[in-house]
Amino acid sequence: MDNKDAKNAEEEKISKEMAQVEIMIGQILRIGVIISAVIMLIGFIAYGIQGSTGLPSHGAVTITAIATGLLSFKSGSVMMLGLFCLILTPVLRVVVSIYAFYVEKDSLYVWITSAVLVILLFALFIGHS
Amino acid sequence: MTQVIIMLAVGLIAGIAGAILGLGGGIIITPVLTLAMGINIKYAIGASIIAVIATSSGATIAYLRDNVLNLRVAMFLEIFTTIGAILGAILNGILSPVVLYLIFGLLLIYSGYNMIRKLRAGSEILRRVHPDPIAEKLELNSSYYDKAADKTVDYQVEHVPAGATVMFGAGIASGLLGIGSGAFKVMALDTFMKMPLKPSTSTSNLMMGVTAAASATVYFFNGSIQPLIAVPLALGILVGATMGSRIMQILPSRWIRIIFVPIIFYIGLQMFLKGFGVNI
Repeated sequence: MDNKDAKNAEEEKISKEMAQVEIMIGQILRIGVIISAVIMLIGFIAYGIQGSTGLPSHGAVTITAIATGLLSFKSGSVMMLGLFCLILTPVLRVVVSIYAFYVEKDSLYVWITSAVLVILLFALFIGHS
Repeated sequence: MTQVIIMLAVGLIAGIAGAILGLGGGIIITPVLTLAMGINIKYAIGASIIAVIATSSGATIAYLRDNVLNLRVAMFLEIFTTIGAILGAILNGILSPVVLYLIFGLLLIYSGYNMIRKLRAGSEILRRVHPDPIAEKLELNSSYYDKAADKTVDYQVEHVPAGATVMFGAGIASGLLGIGSGAFKVMALDTFMKMPLKPSTSTSNLMMGVTAAASATVYFFNGSIQPLIAVPLALGILVGATMGSRIMQILPSRWIRIIFVPIIFYIGLQMFLKGFGVNI
């Protein structure tokens, strides 16, 4: 009887832990999306005040162009930073999922999700070069 | 200023629709930007890829919290779509897009026909199927809480290899053709793997953001993304997708399917005709 109780308590503890992890994941993702939205909004309002983006209207956008624009708070660069953060939110989702499967002690899916992350990073690398 | 307001409004509508249907909203956004507003197709595609990510990220928060989507199915199949997307990008110029247009156009039309059959069959009750050994091994079978029906629905996943193949092809198509792959993902999950519609569209929502992130950096650094188009659009979509993810859960699956059928037929026909060089 005691044994059974202990087992139930253990299961309850694990499910509680998992519920907490899920809540935490939801919060991390929400924070990521909110941060990118806020940066985009700030850049957008700054554009309304400055009247121009401070970026060339055509051609490739380099990291240096965005970085120098950010230093002088050019609205276009701030908006691009916000968009870049938005692009990274799905990557964040994959990273956090790895942790979730790890907490759930689901090693098969820790591997599967890690593989997705590696492929994704490889794609990001190809995209940049 | 009017352009900005239009972008916010288009984003809001595309976000709501995209979150409910598991699509990236490209079919709404690209024609509005190119045909109605005369924006260069290059910038429209750049804006469209941002739209996919915004829809996905806006909707997924609610779907993860409410346990509608299937995270295991999403991550397992994401291996195939991301590899496909990379291959598609590499094969650009080698593989003929015509064949892909024809194949995927026909697949979508088949999928639309299949959805009509499901509508005719009446209720969305899931037939208990033979347990699929691969699905069991990968622990893909799951359940979700349907707010419209006010009950927990258990479901099984079938035909994992077929689903994975479609996902791989969808990845190639999105890498090669630069098209959103939401419709293909819903098709793979709903038509091929026999998942219920709500977990299908919400899982598609999560997946399409991850696939799009892989190609988005390319567009980001080659100048396709114009902040003045993409930012108001993205902000509108984030709000719309958050609303859409709540609306979807209280909508009966049947209604979602009724909205889905004409859209999937339209995309299918459009792709099929594009294979013959006809644009509609």
